[in-house]
Amino acid sequence: MAIAEANKSNISRYVIVYVCILAIAGLQFVIAYSNVTAPQMFARMLFLAIVEGALALLFFMHLSDNHQLLWFVVIFTVFVLLAMQYGWTDSFRELLGAPWSSYSK
Amino acid sequence: MSHADTMGGHAGVMEKPAFSVPAKKMAMWLFIIADTATFAGCLVAYGFLRNATPDWPRPFHSITNVAIMTFILVTSSLTMLFAIDAAKAGDKARAFRWTLITAAAGALFALLHIREWLGLIGEGMTLLKNPWGTGLFGAAFFSITGLHLLHVTGGVIALLAVGIRYKRGRYNADDLEITGLYWHFVDLVWMFVVPLVYLLNLTH
Repeated sequence: MAIAEANKSNISRYVIVYVCILAIAGLQFVIAYSNVTAPQMFARMLFLAIVEGALALLFFMHLSDNHQLLWFVVIFTVFVLLAMQYGWTDSFRELLGAPWSSYSK
Repeated sequence: MSHADTMGGHAGVMEKPAFSVPAKKMAMWLFIIADTATFAGCLVAYGFLRNATPDWPRPFHSITNVAIMTFILVTSSLTMLFAIDAAKAGDKARAFRWTLITAAAGALFALLHIREWLGLIGEGMTLLKNPWGTGLFGAAFFSITGLHLLHVTGGVIALLAVGIRYKRGRYNADDLEITGLYWHFVDLVWMFVVPLVYLLNLTH
């Protein structure tokens, strides 16, 4: 009985999150047709995509139920992405002059 | 399920799993983080190319196809959750049925994706050239969407394989949940691919 009740409450939570994600995705499509500059459009869409992703991570992938794992995933992912940015910008350092570049025109 | 079950009957010999998470689940999370870096690299590279190229094409006339694809993929995440919930409640038949529905949604997504690719190829787009602007667009578009399509195809195969083994009793609800994590990740990546690759390249 308790399992059935918990299942029911889980399913209603999933459906609410699903509707929210669909609504946010719909908002992205509306923004695509709005009269704003490309950088503004990019920023708004990226923000909405991050919100969608966070909802999926927390409720579909159940990170909201395990705070220890949530912090591990967030910190580790941010570290990996930042480390990748270092390597990534390295390919541009001579052109852009950063960081520690010795390139001169 | 006991801890011994999740450790494959070797509790006492193996160390306790880190973060109170079964080892298989932790391995999937590490894979997801690594894959996040892969997709982030592709999308950042795409952003660099798009910003630095003046004649970047805007070939998408309609959002209908990509909207349908998004709806199908997000819905498949929901059906996957239904499958996992049914599995945790011990209802094998219902869990298997929802897993099959999820796999079918994934297959439908892949078919729509391939149809879209064929349409673009039919309009003259290849990896190296297209009729609208810089040839880099084809390479960037096919690489990113192709990598995602590969993940969807792999996910469909994994769902079918794990679903069938779960039904036969070889796998348990945890295994289905771990496959579900991967499936949700594929959905999550699509949430970033759609605005960056499709919506910012609409013909106005």
